[in-house]
Amino acid sequence: CVGINLRYRFHVSLLCKLVSCFGDRAGQFFSSGHTNNWAVLVCTSRFWFNYRHVANTLSVYRSVKRLGIPDSHIVLMLADDMACNHRNPKPATVFSHKNMELNVYGDDVEVDYRGYEVTVENFLRILTGRLPPSTPRSKRLLSDDRSNILIYLTGHGGNGFLKFQDSEEISNVELADAFEQMWQKRRYNELLFIIDTCQGASMYERFYSPNLMALASSQVGEDSLSHQPDLAIGVHLMDRYTFYLLEFLEDIHPASKTNMNDLFKVCPKSQCVSTPGHRTDLFLRDPGSVLITDFFGSVRKVELTMETINLTDPIDAESGELQKEMHTYADQLPVSEIIHQKPKQKDWHPPDGFILGLWTLILLVFFQTYGVKHLKHIF
Amino acid sequence: MKIRRAQQFVKYSDQPVMLKLKRGQLAALSIAAVVIIVGVPLWWRTTETYRAWLPVSQIKELAKLQLHLSADVEVVFARGTVTPEQQKKVPLTQTQNMEHRVDEDTALSYRYETRYRTATIMEEDALNQPTAAEADLSLHTLSESPSGSLVVYVIPESSSLLPQNVDVYIGQRRTALLRIGSQMRVGKTLEQLLAHMEPRIKQVLHVMSFSHTDITAALSNRVRISPGNKESIADSMRAFKSSPGYEITFSLLNPDPKSHRLHWDIEGAVETYIQPLLTKLSPVANFSIDSQTLYYAMLGVNPRFDSSRSTYTLNADSLAHVINPVEARLGSNAASSNPVLNFLLYIPDAHHSPLYIHDHKKQQVPTNAFHSPRWGGIMIIRQCWVYNVNEFYEVDTVFPVDINIDMAKVMGVFLAQLRLLLGVQSSTPPPGFLVAPCGNAGLADWELDRLMWSRSVENIATATTTITSLAQLLDQIGNIVINDNIAQQVSSAVTSLQLAVSELEAGNLGFALQYSKEAILSSERAFFDPSLLHLLYFPDDQKFAIYIPLFLPMCVPILLSLLKIVSEARQKHREKKPKKD
Repeated sequence: CVGINLRYRFHVSLLCKLVSCFGDRAGQFFSSGHTNNWAVLVCTSRFWFNYRHVANTLSVYRSVKRLGIPDSHIVLMLADDMACNHRNPKPATVFSHKNMELNVYGDDVEVDYRGYEVTVENFLRILTGRLPPSTPRSKRLLSDDRSNILIYLTGHGGNGFLKFQDSEEISNVELADAFEQMWQKRRYNELLFIIDTCQGASMYERFYSPNLMALASSQVGEDSLSHQPDLAIGVHLMDRYTFYLLEFLEDIHPASKTNMNDLFKVCPKSQCVSTPGHRTDLFLRDPGSVLITDFFGSVRKVELTMETINLTDPIDAESGELQKEMHTYADQLPVSEIIHQKPKQKDWHPPDGFILGLWTLILLVFFQTYGVKHLKHIF
Repeated sequence: MKIRRAQQFVKYSDQPVMLKLKRGQLAALSIAAVVIIVGVPLWWRTTETYRAWLPVSQIKELAKLQLHLSADVEVVFARGTVTPEQQKKVPLTQTQNMEHRVDEDTALSYRYETRYRTATIMEEDALNQPTAAEADLSLHTLSESPSGSLVVYVIPESSSLLPQNVDVYIGQRRTALLRIGSQMRVGKTLEQLLAHMEPRIKQVLHVMSFSHTDITAALSNRVRISPGNKESIADSMRAFKSSPGYEITFSLLNPDPKSHRLHWDIEGAVETYIQPLLTKLSPVANFSIDSQTLYYAMLGVNPRFDSSRSTYTLNADSLAHVINPVEARLGSNAASSNPVLNFLLYIPDAHHSPLYIHDHKKQQVPTNAFHSPRWGGIMIIRQCWVYNVNEFYEVDTVFPVDINIDMAKVMGVFLAQLRLLLGVQSSTPPPGFLVAPCGNAGLADWELDRLMWSRSVENIATATTTITSLAQLLDQIGNIVINDNIAQQVSSAVTSLQLAVSELEAGNLGFALQYSKEAILSSERAFFDPSLLHLLYFPDDQKFAIYIPLFLPMCVPILLSLLKIVSEARQKHREKKPKKD
């Protein structure tokens, strides 16, 4: 039923496009106001039984790449390595559908933050831009005021927090503050926040910056459930909300005109058992006019170049005499020095503080028990 | 011995009761005193976060931004434009002020200082040249106007320098030639002449110097402006934001190395054509250039064969999908976070040659190129810009064919795209204006001035927003440690901002831009310092949960003993009272 509606809408929009191409084109250019797209996809849980969270994130990664966002504009954070986990019966794969139909860990996955690098601190540093200067470009979110950003979080969560790595948590207040700092520095044009955890709607309750749209897989007090286990792999492969989200996204192609209202209908209560929620009051545009590809894809705006500059100077012929420099590889490590190194003399250190303290304690107890007069036997 | 020892130490239990009580009270009071006088301040000092001093009052002053922009205009009357009576009253100077309130925190004021004078003999000679371009050149040799100023030469209506329908000619440097209107032919007073000239000079100023729309567009970081007309939105989306540096990458895409062996002299072309523009733009930003060749890089779109022209065509609609597949293969310099401008030159493969872009009206685009806002430009080579290649390959051609690319034509298009992406290109001039083509440097002096005005304003606006929001953030969150280096960066940013605003008011464009760049650098460094991460969110109940197990066991005995002391003192006082009576 939902599928037929989508197709009908597509045909109608195609007809409209044929009828009024010029007007539509100008309108489309200016309707969204963004020139580039970024995606920050985070999986926050480790351990083999949380396989489904990694599969969730990788499915969204796959859709986002398929719809056009390049790896240089995606920050992928996976807290654990499922593909090369010792317990994975099919190594180098992460499946999202039972019977191993869809391998979402292809051969061009670029994980930017892996394992223990996925922490609350790093996540907030990425969002606010406060990374140390030595961070490479691929680990930064270099968005500007005309970027649309998609942020997807998945893992175990509760009322007002999301658990990272089984040892720390991020609260909804911190997240809202981070988004406000992003807004102050104009690091986004529009931001779509999707969270697939238990009680996910609590994470977007505290947002207060403009141009934020949020979707969650369950309301406060509800649990997000997983979809189906695979008997060969032995764990649940996906969460329900992301499973139906992936199904929905598989129908989208870069030129499609599906809008956000269809995204809100993904996974109704009959399929998801929990009630997905969304929040659009901070968003300036009407969600019906926001295309899915505004956030999940990267449709570039293009203008034809109409002018050219008349250049008449001939090129200097100096370049012909350039001497070819001989380039050699520099040694990474001073190998010869290391091989021929003599073992270092270990300096003498006075006894450790612990040993000293222990001896002092023993002496004190001795003299306490037997009296100070025994000191004269020692000195 | 034993007895003496026993006498020395009286057992505590034998001492008189009053003494014991007094000693107890003294002990409790002294412990309470130590806790309050020494303990509480010590605990406060050791748990407070180090916050270096920030110039908060100066930052608050900067939050209310008052920008004064001033430009010097010199209006030179050539022979035949003023009558002798009018000439006596010239030279004179006029100053005009215009105030604009953008929003409650931002106010702009423009000041134009106009100096009127008559032309010297050498200038008259220069204006007697046959064409406007030559006149412009010889006028430039006479005097050089400083950055930010303008000279407008008013020429008589009958002058043959300008074509018939053109009233204003804008030169490559900072001069303009203005043709006086016909209604000034009959003798009028100087005031009427000046009143007639004023709106026309203002029009010239809007094109060649700052205009209100440009400046308010530059303030977009600070002020949320409602979108104006579609052109201004497109302009603001297209040009890159002000940044201290940019990276330019030229890429040659060869999808068919088996058929084509490409030769492009990119080093020489960059040195000859692109570098002059970048050198001229060096006060605005640093540029770094690199180039690469990509083999087997296809366009993501299949071109259609146009049988009427027997060429392959790419529709304008499909161009949007060309960029994404290619972008995945382009590298970028991992060391810097500067914005990257990509310029791609695509040589179509032998089976899809020649390839042309058609616009919506199915006409061939003369440049065969397109650009994407804030990304870069892509150009498909035209057959006529390539040496050594025929339209169609002969049957016995030996593959691969050597192809030499005419870099002048290619760089002409890339230079035009570069100008658009950097925000140099101005909007279409008003009717009756003729703008001279920019020289071989690719940039006219007045265009550079315009860019410097808008960049200075943009930098100042961004730096003030950054500093004020940083101060607000640090004020709101008491847990963040403010190190000395951050305070130093903030102070230097505030100083540079104040200097920039004052230089802008004085009209020294070069210094204003330099100070504004320093302000941006310091403020960004302070805002994005990695140590300013507010990570620990302490709700109040967590704070209580931490402190209560530490302090409660200690405080309860002290409090109880103090209470006991107080109640005993009160009891004693009550006992004493009846005695007194």
